[in-house]
Amino acid sequence: MKINEIVRLIKGTVLSGSESLENEVKIAFASDLMSDVLTVKIDNLLLLTGLVNLQAIRTAEMSDINCIIFVRNKKVTEEMIRIARENKMIIIQSPYSMFKVSGILYNAGIKPVF
Amino acid sequence: MTTEKMHFEYPVEGGNFSKAGYPSSQVKKTLKQLNVDGNVIKRTVVALYEAEVNIVAHAYKGVIFIDIDTKKIIIKLVDEGPGIPDIKKAMEIGYSTATPEVREMGFGAGMGLSNMNNNSDKLTITSEVGKGTNVEIINYFPS
Ligand SMILES: Nc1ncnc2c1ncn2[C@@H]1O[C@H](COP(=O)(O)OP(=O)(O)O)[C@@H](O)[C@H]1O
Ligand SMILES: [Mg+2]
Repeated sequence: MKINEIVRLIKGTVLSGSESLENEVKIAFASDLMSDVLTVKIDNLLLLTGLVNLQAIRTAEMSDINCIIFVRNKKVTEEMIRIARENKMIIIQSPYSMFKVSGILYNAGIKPVF
Repeated sequence: MTTEKMHFEYPVEGGNFSKAGYPSSQVKKTLKQLNVDGNVIKRTVVALYEAEVNIVAHAYKGVIFIDIDTKKIIIKLVDEGPGIPDIKKAMEIGYSTATPEVREMGFGAGMGLSNMNNNSDKLTITSEVGKGTNVEIINYFPS
């Protein structure tokens, strides 16, 4: 599924990586536990998280994750956006909860890791 | 890939999560420039990042020493901190002494050491209670 389609479905705001919204993602992982994200071996994963801090961006960087959705419109800092841009990462903010975004994406055909 | 040996050192401050990840990020950039296999890069930086977070979360301060040659990367993390009384137990998934502050940062579930083990070709941990902990990660590049 194209990322711009995901943005539309979750009423997302794109904070970084707007030039890459034609990219496709097939698999998503939802977690607030970065140690858990770091165990996933699949590349090009879509990360859904309510943990809105620099560690989420760093975790994505180390895990080769190119797209993060931050739920519940929590504040994303300038520093987070700077490091995301440096890594050509797409950052999307959604007003919806983790449960709702997960449901929408699952319905739309995005697959889980496990 | 160059034939030269490369050496880098990075200080790590205990408790300062805002800087955690910078050394891992630098190592990732260097390995990419050297055209190291993507899977090896990911394994290496995941192990290094968890190790780095452990110094930030559990120790007072530390230094990361990186040595890269044509065949491998050797990462040494040397910290001053409380040390680990029972390394075998600390390696168990779910064992954690992390504070609520560390959990708020997305860590502290007791998965780091086992994840480091899974992502290293060789992992060696030595520790002295009351002094500090030494972690060595070695990953080999496919030829
Ligand atoms: N560098 C370190 N200094 C002191 N204790 C450590 C260090 N690294 C790990 N530990 C101990 O080992 C435990 C398990 O580590 P880990 O598997 O990374 O889980 P977590 O960091 O989530 O607690 C920690 O909770 C801590 O008690
Ligand atoms: Mg840890």
